[in-house]
Amino acid sequence: MGIYIIRVPDIGEGIAEVEIAAWHVQPGDAVAEDQVIADLMTDKATVEVPCHVHGKVLAFGGKVGDVLPVGAELVRLEVEGEGNLKETAAAQAPAAPVNEAKPATQPVVAAVVPAPTPAPNPAPVAAPRAAPAARPAAAPHAVRKEGERPLAAPSVRQRALDMGIELRYVTGSGPAGRILHEDLDAWAARGGVPAGGASIYAERHGEQAIPVIGLRRKIAQKMQEAKRRIPHFSYVEEVDVTELEALRARINQVHGSARGKLTLLPFLIRAMTVALRDFPQINARFDDDAGVVTRYEAVHLGIATQTDGGLMVPVLRHAEALDLWQCAAGVARVAEGARTGKAPREELSGSTITLTSLGPLGGIVSTPVINHPEVAIVGVNRIVERPMLRGGQVVARQLMNLSSSFDHRVVDGMDAARFIQAVRSLLEAPALLFIE
Amino acid sequence: MKEISTKLLVIGGGPGGYVAAIRAGQLGVPAVLAEGASLGGTCLNIGCIPSKALIHAAHDFEQARAQAAGTSPMGIRVKEPTLDITQTVRWKDGIVKRLTSGVGVLLRKAGVQVLHGWATVEDGKTAVVQLEGEAVRVRCEHLLIATGSEPVALPSMPFGGAIWSSTDALSPTELPRRLVVVGAGYIGLELSFAYRKLGTEVTVVEAAPDILPRYDEALTKPVLDSLKKAGVVLHLGCSVQGYDAKNGVHVRNARADEFALPADKVLVAVGRRPRATGLGLESLQLTMNGRAIAIDAHCATSMRNVWAIGDVTGEPVLAHRAMAQGECVAEQIAGKPRRFEPMAIPAVCFTDPEVVLCGMTMDEARSAGVDVLEASFPFAANGRAMTLNAEGGFVRVLARKSDHVIIGWHAVGRSVSELSAAFGQSIEMGARLEDVAGTIHAHPTLGEAVQEAALRALGHALHI
Repeated sequence: MGIYIIRVPDIGEGIAEVEIAAWHVQPGDAVAEDQVIADLMTDKATVEVPCHVHGKVLAFGGKVGDVLPVGAELVRLEVEGEGNLKETAAAQAPAAPVNEAKPATQPVVAAVVPAPTPAPNPAPVAAPRAAPAARPAAAPHAVRKEGERPLAAPSVRQRALDMGIELRYVTGSGPAGRILHEDLDAWAARGGVPAGGASIYAERHGEQAIPVIGLRRKIAQKMQEAKRRIPHFSYVEEVDVTELEALRARINQVHGSARGKLTLLPFLIRAMTVALRDFPQINARFDDDAGVVTRYEAVHLGIATQTDGGLMVPVLRHAEALDLWQCAAGVARVAEGARTGKAPREELSGSTITLTSLGPLGGIVSTPVINHPEVAIVGVNRIVERPMLRGGQVVARQLMNLSSSFDHRVVDGMDAARFIQAVRSLLEAPALLFIE
Repeated sequence: MKEISTKLLVIGGGPGGYVAAIRAGQLGVPAVLAEGASLGGTCLNIGCIPSKALIHAAHDFEQARAQAAGTSPMGIRVKEPTLDITQTVRWKDGIVKRLTSGVGVLLRKAGVQVLHGWATVEDGKTAVVQLEGEAVRVRCEHLLIATGSEPVALPSMPFGGAIWSSTDALSPTELPRRLVVVGAGYIGLELSFAYRKLGTEVTVVEAAPDILPRYDEALTKPVLDSLKKAGVVLHLGCSVQGYDAKNGVHVRNARADEFALPADKVLVAVGRRPRATGLGLESLQLTMNGRAIAIDAHCATSMRNVWAIGDVTGEPVLAHRAMAQGECVAEQIAGKPRRFEPMAIPAVCFTDPEVVLCGMTMDEARSAGVDVLEASFPFAANGRAMTLNAEGGFVRVLARKSDHVIIGWHAVGRSVSELSAAFGQSIEMGARLEDVAGTIHAHPTLGEAVQEAALRALGHALHI
């Protein structure tokens, strides 16, 4: 029998640490080769870690939510024959047994292990009085069952009627939730009274602590990082998409059945990729630690995508080389990949600018947060049909706002405005989109 | 026709009606009460009070007879006792008279105008009261219907002659030798006991298989045993077919065998029906609940400012319910926000032993899905019961298991009717078992059984 250790694999992309998202086995379980033992989450994606050997799980290197550096011990197995661990090494670097509260030994782990729970409040100076004899009653604030009559003495009931208080909304502080005169006073003092003013809505007292781990923690960190580092400059412009919509409807009518229907997004992507040729400073990544802005000829477009776990930004690579339908298919593919967790790694990082759209929920204005280290993000608001003046006539036009944010350290307001105006001209005269 | 205008017109001077009128008077609401018979209604005149007087007289007489027969365990010996039933009835009538005239005084003191005549309702705001020699039209803002109930007759045996209603049975001119009682509800059984103790041969015929429906077997068994011991013959599960003076009451049992029960008198006590017809009440077209007038939690009928209380509104037909409703209505008419929402209305059978039910029965708790604690304490372990030579029966408590809140009290035994005050109070106050268990109950009293029942439900009864 030997000990076999599976370490946190190098996922690439320069990722140095991963978070344990889920364990699929428990200590003591027998595992087979290729069986998935854990999900690891990186900045970019969730990856499954398969087992390399047959064996039995001895211990984990961390619990769900722990962050481990690449190369750290992930799981320790007992295997037939020799393992991959020498006895001496085993003694030096044991995996943290799961049933011990001790966090794994690597410093990076220690840094992210949740702070220990605060020390319990110091004991009050006077010892609390002995609790009253065990109450069989549920907590005094227990909610009465539907149809159950409130418990209150006749004098309390009569006074409640006089005060215009419906007893079924009043919580009783007496034994077994009995409503006392004091409860009526408290209710009235809280503004339940005067007559007719008593709220018919019960107060709710539940609360739920949700650990911010996994993807949510990544999102939180990224958002904080972006807002901490980047002085956002936001710019909103209105775009008349009447002609674009007409064109889109026409294209869908002619080609929809054969090539798939197009949304507005592929047109917008096309407009951005065309406009970005003249604004390389906007299609860029700013490594502010190194003080270098890298401009890209390729447009690797981040597509802000809502997934069950939260916001993800998969990447449509080389958007500049895609036609409308390729764009549509590409967006659908990367979004689906993000939602199902099956996106290949190269579709989860390396974007040079990001597009965010909530579709019909787009609102009239938004203030998108830049996907650091990019320097710009374009947000799409909803299309509204509105009366507009055209040549002295009031005509119905379809209008849509673009809400964009730029990294003002490296993108000047003038350039940002010109870029959005360029996009706007392309969208308002959609034929220009297709002229090289 | 002479006309009177008032704020409140009460039709019926029974416990519901007179209480409503008195309370209205106290609150300064001008009130007129119309009653064609004696004030006090069924309860005072031909119900609760006279029956209790008769029951008590019968009890004393029976004790004396036992003492004459030499069977008194206390060693009391008397010579042959005799009963002057005419004097008994006169004594009872004296009590009734004192009470009903007392009601009259109370009404007068409260400033209520009493019209001694039958009322006929014309519409929701008008009634005509037929006084001696003249009729008065009363116009009112609020009409309160408190017309009560009346005994149900059997179609084959209309009241009259040898066929008694409970009213007749409470004013006998002489004791019948053989009495057949039809109906083993509380009225039938109370009078069965009374007549048996007065020396009459009593036979009870009941269509149902049990006596005192709604009461569970543990509660009725001491009553059943006592009936048998007293020599009352029971024909349960038998229906009454008719009566002729020669053979008596024709009865058919469950196997369809027919036989005759010789009887000098037949008391038909098969229930009471709301007096919701006649008196022009139909003209109001009120929403009905079966034979009773339907009311809501405010005792309001389907017609605005027309109220109804007591037996005319259906079960439970109990005087104390009617009184509480009467108070509730009067206060509402005086502008107070009120609802009739008691937690418990105690019901008492003045049989021997007495039976009390207050709050939920076992079956009601079960069908309501309440998880209950139940415990009973027997009077056999109660010192006072022993000294009364009344060791039969018990007190039983029902409480919610989750929070020990008491939801029902049941008792059977001598004088347990007096415990109903404690029962009702603990339930209305929302008492838990611990509250009753932690209250000092005087020794030696029957009430100790109440405390002990609560203690037993908590698992630490002291005297058993």
